[in-house]
Amino acid sequence: MPALGADMEAGTLVEWLKKPGDRVKRGDIIAVVDTDKGAIEIEVFEDGEIDRTVIVPGQKVPVGTVLALIRTPIEPAAPPSVAEPSAAPVVAPPAVTSGPPAVPSRARVSPAARKAAEDLRVDLTTVEGHGPGGSVTLADVERAASMARIRPEPGDRTATMRAAIGAAMARAKREIPHLYLSTTVDVTGLLAWLNRQNARRPVTERLLPAVLFIKAVARACAETPALNGFWTDRGFVAGSGVHVGCAIALRGGGLVAPALHGVNVKTLDVVAREFSDLVRRARAGSLRSSEMSDATITVTNMGELGVEAAYAIIYPPQVAIVAFGRVVERPWVVQGRLEPRSVVTVSVSADHRATDGREAGLFLAAIERALLAPEAL
Amino acid sequence: MTREDVRSAIVKSLTSVAPEVDIATLSPDVAFRHEFDLDSMDFLNFVVGLHTSLGVDVPEADYGKLATLDSAVDYLSTCLGVTA
Repeated sequence: MPALGADMEAGTLVEWLKKPGDRVKRGDIIAVVDTDKGAIEIEVFEDGEIDRTVIVPGQKVPVGTVLALIRTPIEPAAPPSVAEPSAAPVVAPPAVTSGPPAVPSRARVSPAARKAAEDLRVDLTTVEGHGPGGSVTLADVERAASMARIRPEPGDRTATMRAAIGAAMARAKREIPHLYLSTTVDVTGLLAWLNRQNARRPVTERLLPAVLFIKAVARACAETPALNGFWTDRGFVAGSGVHVGCAIALRGGGLVAPALHGVNVKTLDVVAREFSDLVRRARAGSLRSSEMSDATITVTNMGELGVEAAYAIIYPPQVAIVAFGRVVERPWVVQGRLEPRSVVTVSVSADHRATDGREAGLFLAAIERALLAPEAL
Repeated sequence: MTREDVRSAIVKSLTSVAPEVDIATLSPDVAFRHEFDLDSMDFLNFVVGLHTSLGVDVPEADYGKLATLDSAVDYLSTCLGVTA
């Protein structure tokens, strides 16, 4: 069971998407796990063949528990490796089950059925499949829904998510010596550039200011790697790429901050498309494990709420978070003359164990430079 | 196509962006972006939804004309040449 964020202690296996004997390669989605933050698709970390599954759908187990054993190409015999190498121990702590029936490794569930199960809050482990090969079909789910085997109400989900966020933020405030810096950036040129771009783009390819902000932060991360990475027992470890966590408010309450991968090396159009997809999936509850655990820095955009400036709490084990406020019109001095300009306040909260005000200041300056040259983003 | 078709396309796009909203509670002259707490991504997806169902590519400069249900019906009907 991978740690899908600092605030996760346990997860419930919803279903296996691969069965023993199936060949898998790095990045394949092999299972779905239910967490406080919704259902997460679990990606496999290495190539190989599923040897056997250890946990059955419905079981709730602590982070670090072995879910399945994978035989890798270089170890054709037995010695099994874990499905998800993570910071968590490889040896499983005793499994804590929530006590559902031990369903034998379950036949496939059709995508429509899985979607309906999510919508209707039907526990898939309780659904008997009547489709081809005993697979669970949409009709099976609907039948189960009418028999009302219900998963936790959304109210419970919001409460558990709030508790999980509270625990992670309490840890951040307790352990991380935060330093806060902010600056106000003239984005008049950026907005004008964006308007020109969007005027000639079809609606499906239009860019939001948030995408440019995310890209600017990624650019700054590449220039100032000291703020991009993780704080560990061994001190700061730089991120292997720039994976920007994007704080996304969920309709109905709560938030998640899944990662957009490799933002600094992708074009604005690709980032825009992936960001849109990420927001959609975050709200639909279908994020992937790598998105939940890979972020090397986080960006939060509070401007939508009318907030002018925000100073955010770092999401451990990351060492920095950048907060954007609302774009406001202000009297601004430009080359000695007073002009109305569109400005935005950007802040960075950084971990003083990993960095200092000088580096964080350089980082903020790099964000500003990137925002002042939108055509280069 | 009728104005009623345009209205139902708007409602459909709105509810796909914000599935929890109850359209019955929406006054046709109230700005729904604020009423339903739509952020800029939601609103963009709403406009994309209109493009998919009605084939109208609303320029960013005209987003203001989609503020309320009534104004959106008026604006899109004009774009589509719908009179009835």
